[in-house]
Amino acid sequence: MAKVEFLGPMARPSIEVDIQNLQELKTFFKHDAQLQEWLAICAVAVNDTLVCALDMPISSNDKISLLPPVCGG
Amino acid sequence: MLELHAGSLHVEAILASWYSSMKDKNYGAFIPFVGIVRDEDGIEGLSFDIYEPILNNWFNAWQAKAKAQNAYLLMAHSKGDVLNHTSSYIAAVVSPKRKVALKMINDFVEDFKANAPIWKYDIIEGKRVYAKERSTALQGHGLLKETHES
Repeated sequence: MAKVEFLGPMARPSIEVDIQNLQELKTFFKHDAQLQEWLAICAVAVNDTLVCALDMPISSNDKISLLPPVCGG
Repeated sequence: MLELHAGSLHVEAILASWYSSMKDKNYGAFIPFVGIVRDEDGIEGLSFDIYEPILNNWFNAWQAKAKAQNAYLLMAHSKGDVLNHTSSYIAAVVSPKRKVALKMINDFVEDFKANAPIWKYDIIEGKRVYAKERSTALQGHGLLKETHES
């Protein structure tokens, strides 16, 4: 199972999902209306590297992080 | 060098430590930037969450860029609450040449604002309120949002 973590202000506990790629994660979240607002503005990292492709393969030990808009300093 | 501290930064001590560690290394320029939390819009202070693995990757990439120009970067940032009129962020560049360091401190701080995985909250009546309007979405945002096509 891949781990999904919701960072910063999303303040949701991590979940584990059985998926082969990020397209399947997108489908998994499809009916979560509250999360959709965040997903519109969140970037996605796999194993701490930002990714831009839904066909990114995911394996069981992978960590997927959702990163809301940032503002340091 | 990247330092993360709980609460407000002890600016005088951090800058003195950095200066002391760098002054004998034959850098001709030491250019620090200190961010101080301003009292505005009725906030009591700011609060920060940091995702350290990606912050470390981001900083290390910048350090490699600095090294290619014979420069070196130093940065300190707060985690948690930072009250008004105290500091949450210090960045500094040392370089043999002044112009390299002056340009780099500007480029580094701008990129930090846009890409470092840090989340800012206003502290209002003791509660943390995400500073969403002042935040910048990272590259590739919206990837997992439901679209009409799918």
